[in-house]
Amino acid sequence: MSGADDVEIPEVEYVSGSGVPIRGNDIDTDQIIPARFMKVVTFDGLGEFAFFDVRFDENDDPKEHPMNEERFMDSSVMVVNSNFGCGSSREHAPQALMRWGIDAVIGESFAEIFAGNCLALGIPTVTADSETIQELQAWVDENPDGELEIDVEAETVTYGGETIDVTVDDAQRKALVEGVWDTTALMKSNAGEVRKKAQELPYVEERQIPDAE
Amino acid sequence: MSERTLYDKVWENHKVTELPTGQDQLFIGLHLIHEVTSPQAFGMLEERDLEVAYPELTHATVDHIIPTADQSRPYEEDAAEEMMSELEENVREAGIDFSDPDSGDQGIVHVVGPEQGITQPGKTIVCGDSHTSTHGAFGALAFGIGTSQIRDVLATGTLAFEKQKVRKIEVNGELGDGVEAKDVILEIIRRLGTEGGVGYVYEYAGSAIESLGMEGRMSICNMSIEGGARAGYVNPDETTYEWLEETDYFQANPETFDELKPYWESIRSDDDAEYDDVVTIDADELEPVVTWGTTPGQGVGITEPIPAPEDLPEDKQDTARRAQEHMRVEPGETMDGYEVDVTFLGSCTNARLPDLRRAAEIVEGREVHDDVRALVVPGSQRVQRAAEEEGLKDVFEEAGFEWRNAGCSMCLGMNEDQLEGDEACASSSNRNFVGRQGSKDGRTVLMNPQMVAAAALEGEVTDVRDLKEVTTA
Ligand code: SF4
Repeated sequence: MSGADDVEIPEVEYVSGSGVPIRGNDIDTDQIIPARFMKVVTFDGLGEFAFFDVRFDENDDPKEHPMNEERFMDSSVMVVNSNFGCGSSREHAPQALMRWGIDAVIGESFAEIFAGNCLALGIPTVTADSETIQELQAWVDENPDGELEIDVEAETVTYGGETIDVTVDDAQRKALVEGVWDTTALMKSNAGEVRKKAQELPYVEERQIPDAE
Repeated sequence: MSERTLYDKVWENHKVTELPTGQDQLFIGLHLIHEVTSPQAFGMLEERDLEVAYPELTHATVDHIIPTADQSRPYEEDAAEEMMSELEENVREAGIDFSDPDSGDQGIVHVVGPEQGITQPGKTIVCGDSHTSTHGAFGALAFGIGTSQIRDVLATGTLAFEKQKVRKIEVNGELGDGVEAKDVILEIIRRLGTEGGVGYVYEYAGSAIESLGMEGRMSICNMSIEGGARAGYVNPDETTYEWLEETDYFQANPETFDELKPYWESIRSDDDAEYDDVVTIDADELEPVVTWGTTPGQGVGITEPIPAPEDLPEDKQDTARRAQEHMRVEPGETMDGYEVDVTFLGSCTNARLPDLRRAAEIVEGREVHDDVRALVVPGSQRVQRAAEEEGLKDVFEEAGFEWRNAGCSMCLGMNEDQLEGDEACASSSNRNFVGRQGSKDGRTVLMNPQMVAAAALEGEVTDVRDLKEVTTA
């Protein structure tokens, strides 16, 4: 049984598109997708609830928020500040952003679980210093249709005729560029070694290790 | 080999191989699952025609959506019923142990694992929940994962992971009366920041940590993630072993206890272990810490003034300003006297038996303030039963608290227990994010369980030490 081998994992070398600035430090995943929208057994349809409580008031009327603005409707690169995605490990957060249309996030820093969850979806989380990010956010604000080009391998972002250096975590970069960010099949292929490891560990009981396939 | 930390050793013991990405493939010794983050992962398995690789190393419970009042099936809320049914079906098909409400063992996943003795030193433990760090209290390497990673663990029994740095946090001295493990961790987060731990695992050590019971250690490890650290741990010691020996698992297998103890001893950090960073904290100086803002790092000693945003580091000012506006607090004032409408004693941080005991001691013979809705939600059915047997339930109910069934409840407001409008809540949970407790205008003040009890009685944030003086005077 090796159904996982059939899954095509695309390489993510470049991401391009127009940007949307989401300002503020410590934006937690409870904000990105409030818990009440997590009462679902699939991720489908989460896109419309991304940042719901900051985008809509109690009558569900839109409030002032970049993601409600016509000019940012087609954006695919989110530009954020520090510790973005902190808090709950819910993958519902990057799933909601992805389903809203986001293919990459550029920011000052990301919470680790959030970055890991993004990677599992093939979404790069690219970092740069605070000043660079603020300039980028300002540029995006003024050029809502302007293209941002992220070169994951070269660790650069090109916008408005300028190319800046950014950072992509080593393992993330390799995983994206080589198309191995979906690790299921890769790890499954080591099943024999995994069993051996299980047998080695003092606390794993024999009966807990299934027979080899 | 010497000079290694527990983290280094447990990592090495579980490393299967290095992946082409440079990440290590780690064997996972215990995979805990619950109803909110796992159904999509089971769906992904199905799509790829994969089965659960190590069902015997997987354990399920239901906590986030479970009603804490009426638990009869079907649940009143359709969405909750659907999630529960889905979990039931998934665990049945895969042959996974399930601590469901009928088992008498159901509860918050991070309360259940330790209680049953399946959380053990030197294991790798994961769960689709960021507070998995809790299990580090036993000297396990435990971290929260996302749903795609749950799929990986289900399908392969392993996880791809990058090694982090280790920061030792030494807490020496003695905690004063009314000051608890919760205050230690709130202080750590306040000092090091909510992102101070990104890229690190925290090793908690020092005399103040060693003198804590397992529950206190769990409260601290639990909130590692609030400080940005994905995992936190305490080296196992006699306190750890005593707890384990009492659990069902080792009561049933006493010889396993003796067999495993040398392994547990072997994974303790070496005395000359090298750390990437060391931070020390003086426990004697601590007072009860409460939050004034909307991140767990925005904390302040109960007698200290709330900081003015302009006195904070520049990158914190904006968040602080917005937080103070949301919370309606003024710099220069203390949090003492901040009016609350609701008090919540619960969550995987502080809903274990000793937490309830300490709170009950404050409550005994007193009454909940007229304007306060006060909830006690035990962390598990076992905690609930034990507390009922000791008479704690009576103490709380006589004082006017609502005594609920086990679950996450108002920690995140996914069931019917939610704040309404702009209600303010004194809470023993771990997150004060805007909207966390179910209302986007709701206001959450984090604090230790005794402080929650004091707030319930007074209708406002209160220095519990003042109430204690009244008793002893
Ligand atoms: S009690 Fe709160 S923090 Fe703990 S698992 Fe439940 S929702 Fe998460």
